[in-house]
This record gives sequence, C-alpha cells and structure tokens, in this order.
Amino acid sequence: MNIDFRKSGRITKDILLHILIYALALATIAPFIWMLLTSVKDIGDIFVYPPKWLPSKFHFENYRRAFQAAPFGRYYLNSLLVALTVTIGQLITCSMAAYAFARLQFKGREVLFYIFLGTMMIPYQVTMIPSFMVLYWLGWIDSYKAMIVPGLASAFGTFLLRQFFLTIPKELEEAAYIDGCGKFRVLWQIIIPLSKPALATLAIFTFMGTFNDFIWALIVVNSDHLRTVQLGLAIFRDRYITDWDLLMAGSVMATLPILIVFFFAQKYFIKGITLSGIKG
Amino acid sequence: MPSKNAGIGKTTVIRRDRNSKKNILPALGFLSPTLVIFCTFVLFPVFFSFYLSFHKWNMFSSGQEFIGLANYRRLFSDPEFWMVLKNTFIYTIGTVPLNMVISLLTAIILNRQIAGKRFLRTAIFTPVVISPVAAALIWRWIYDPNFGLLNYLMNLVGLPAVNWLNEPKAAMIALIIMGVWKTYGTNMVLFSAGLQGIPDHYYEAAEIDGAGWWSKFWNITMPMLTPTTFFIMIMSMISSFQVFDIVYVLTSGGPLGATKVMVFYIYENAFKFFEMGYASAVAYVFFAILAVLTVFQVKFMQTRAGYEAV
Repeated sequence: MNIDFRKSGRITKDILLHILIYALALATIAPFIWMLLTSVKDIGDIFVYPPKWLPSKFHFENYRRAFQAAPFGRYYLNSLLVALTVTIGQLITCSMAAYAFARLQFKGREVLFYIFLGTMMIPYQVTMIPSFMVLYWLGWIDSYKAMIVPGLASAFGTFLLRQFFLTIPKELEEAAYIDGCGKFRVLWQIIIPLSKPALATLAIFTFMGTFNDFIWALIVVNSDHLRTVQLGLAIFRDRYITDWDLLMAGSVMATLPILIVFFFAQKYFIKGITLSGIKG
Repeated sequence: MPSKNAGIGKTTVIRRDRNSKKNILPALGFLSPTLVIFCTFVLFPVFFSFYLSFHKWNMFSSGQEFIGLANYRRLFSDPEFWMVLKNTFIYTIGTVPLNMVISLLTAIILNRQIAGKRFLRTAIFTPVVISPVAAALIWRWIYDPNFGLLNYLMNLVGLPAVNWLNEPKAAMIALIIMGVWKTYGTNMVLFSAGLQGIPDHYYEAAEIDGAGWWSKFWNITMPMLTPTTFFIMIMSMISSFQVFDIVYVLTSGGPLGATKVMVFYIYENAFKFFEMGYASAVAYVFFAILAVLTVFQVKFMQTRAGYEAV
C-alpha cells in the first residue's frame, strides 16, 4: 500500500514536470510560430481581435511583396558575403596564431598570450569608437572592407583552437619534420585535418555572430546597396511600421539561414556555448 | 618501433630548445595577420579612446582639443547619464536573477528522465541563435496594444490590456521579458554541463540517508554548482549591461528614454551627435563600472563560498 502510494506520487510528479517543461518550451517557440503564421497571413487576418492563429488562406506572395518593397536579395548577398569572408578569414588567422601559441617556443610567448586573453574582457563599446575612426582614416567607411576587416581575427577563436591543438600528440608532427616538412605544411596537412570539430565550432559561432551582427553594420555602413539583412530589416521596420505581414516575412528571411544551420549542426552550437563557458 | 619513435622525439626536443630564438621569425609569420588586426582594432582603440575621453572632438575638425576632465565632469552632472545608468541597472537586475532561476529549473528538469528531450532542448535554445533584430520585431508584434498576442492572453485570464511599448514602466518590463526569452537557453546549456559534472554517487548516498528532493538540491546540487552559477552570474550580468540591438529595434530607447541603456547612450553620442570625446568618456566609465562589479562579485563569492574563482 505504502509503496504503491509512493509510486503513484512519483508518477504524478513526473507528469507535472513534463507539463511544466513542455509548457515552457512551447511558450519559448510560440513567438516563432506566430512569426511564421503572420508572414503568410492576409492583412485582414492580421488586424483582428481576438487574434487568429491560422490564416484563412496562405498568402505566400507576402514574401514576394517584401522582396519588392526592399532589396532583400541584395541584403542577403551582402550578409552572406560578409559572414562567409569573416568566417573563412578567422579560420585561417586563428589557426595560424593558435599554432604559434601551441607549438612554437619563442621569447615572450606567454606574455603575449595573456595579453590576448585579457582583451577578451574589454567590452567592445570601448574599442568601437576608435575602430570606427581607423576605418574613417583609411577611407573604408561605407564599404565591405569596413564590415569584414575588423572581424578577421579573434582572441576567442585563437584561444579555442590553441586549446584544441595542445591535445594533439606531437609525435605526428615530429615525424613530418624529420621528413623535411615545413611548419606551414605541418599545420595545413597534419594539425588542421585533426582539428575538424574545433574548426567547425569556431566556424559556426563566427558565422552566427557575423550574420546576426547589427551594431557594427549600423555604424559603418550608410549605402542601401551595402546593407546586411539585419540592417535592412531594421530600416524596413521604420518604413513599414505596421505592415506586419511584410515585417514578419522579412524576419523569417533574416532568421532562416541560422535556423537551418542550427538544426543540422546543433551539437556544435552547444559545444561552442560550453567551451566559451569553460574559458572563464 | 617504440624506441625509435622515442629517440626521434628526444632529438627534436633538444633541437627545438636550441632554436627557441630562431623560432621568433616563423612565430611572427604565423601571428602577423592576427597581430595586425588586433593592434589596429583592439590595442590602439583601447588607448585612443582613453586619450579621446580627455578631449573635445567632433571627428570632422582637424584636431582634438584637450579639455582635461571636462567630459567626465559633464557626465556626472548630466541627469540623462544617471537615468541611463539607472535603466541599465534595472534591466540587469530584472533579467539576471529571472534568467538564472528559469535556466537552472529547466536544466534540472532536463537532467531527469524526460520524454522528447531533444525537441525540448532545441526549442529552448532556438531564441539564442536567431538575430536580435528579427527577434525584437516579432516581439513588437506580440506587444502590439490592440492586436498583439500578449494583451489577448492577458485578457483571457482577466488582466487589463497594457500599452506595452508606449508606457515607460511597461516598456522596461517588455524589454526584460524579451531579454530573458532571448538568452536563457545559453544558461540552460551551461547549467546542464555543470549538472552532468556532479557524480551520481553523491545523490545515491544521500538517498540511502533518506534525503528528500529539496535536501538533495540544497545540500548537493547547489554547492556543487557554485562555480557554474558564479560564472553564469558574471557572464549574464556583463551581457545584460551591454544590451543594445533588441533595445534599438524594440523600443529605440523610448518611451521618454525609459529604456535608454548605456550602450544606446554611447552609440547616440558617438554616431548621432559625433561627440567622440564625451562618448569615449562614457564608454570608459561603463567599463570601470563593469570591472568593479565583476571584482566585487569575485570577492563576495570567495568570502561566502570559500571558492577560488578565476
């Protein structure tokens, strides 16, 4: 009797926990579902009270209208260009720097590395204004270079890869050195192929950060043809304040690439978060 | 084979030591791209913005005029600066504890036998990865006073409609709700990692002693999670202090400056009013506040939990 009672109590608790966590998860994704559904609604289905979840008819042409109202295609290309260049650039610069920190013995290595780590603590607001000035002096304001070049190195990425490189056994490289390989070839042909998980984590994190970046693009870009999706969407908001069908279609477009990458490479996102957690 | 390998290892080690000086050039080669970017966009800016904070400069005039501490004096006597500081604190105090409670609760539940864990984790983590601009736009629509989802749901449970984004107090609450929604997935992942690090036999031993759920939570989970909790607290605080994108899109700092936060104020002064010197001074004060708060928390945790942080 007593045991049965405890058992049923445990089951009730389990059910309650399930209800709680599912309610929370549903509340968390409800805004996305609301965005998706609004993006294909007729304006008549949008301004109704009480709100209707499902559209009476699916208006996929809202997306076409959004593309006509603003050059989202161009914004997309800009975003992809900037995000991909920065990601590839960081993979190269960070692995090179990480290799130097992990494998080459030179004077001042430790000091330099700690200076590097220390700068991760500096909030970007402090460096934002002078970085803008540097770009202004170079005549790079309002160009792709302004969006790309400052992102071509990363203390976090260097740190992440260095930690990974340190776990790779040295014997492999030493055999290659004996065979007369240069340092660059060792990095390229031995270390890089062994570091795919770390490189994937860095790539995904950098891509996400750059694709979602807003403030930097807002500061350094004025021309419409250089705007990224995020910047274009924010400006779209000012022009079509209550055209929720178009605004939600634009939002779907601005979130889609990251969501797709996220669903297919979730473990790297999780790993990146945990790694950035460990670094502190 | 093994002995041969060992021999190779030894000779290379000796050679490397002798070559420590020679390595400088290749090392510089490997580091140069990173160093160039780093010096131009991190190191130089850190010093230059400090220098700028003692100058008056609108960026277009040829020279910077030295004005000593005038920017700092102006900042401390500017009521708008104090309002912005207060808003930033309200946002931080509003988001960080709420965020931590929800994310810890979620992590604890997901650490148990739950059906559909993968789906739940994905759902909870999704807001973290999407763009803040799009996220804020979705919430603008949810907060719409007449046709928004939130007012409708509140009406269902008998609460009065709120003009979320147009009343100062409501706008801050709206910003906090959205801020927690956007970020609690990160902390859920970090707490989950922390929970997985607690050995099962601690709980098993406690169960043998007849410990209940609360006792296990309070005497095992919480103490074992102290490093994680501490880290999450500092990181959440720092990122709440730096909030900008969602403010820009959700409320633009309004109404009546009720959601104008520190970074928004820096942005406005630097890139709308071109007060580069003043904005740099604000940025440095902001940096100092963050640093002091972090140090204070480290000290507090060390004395409270006897835990060596960092």
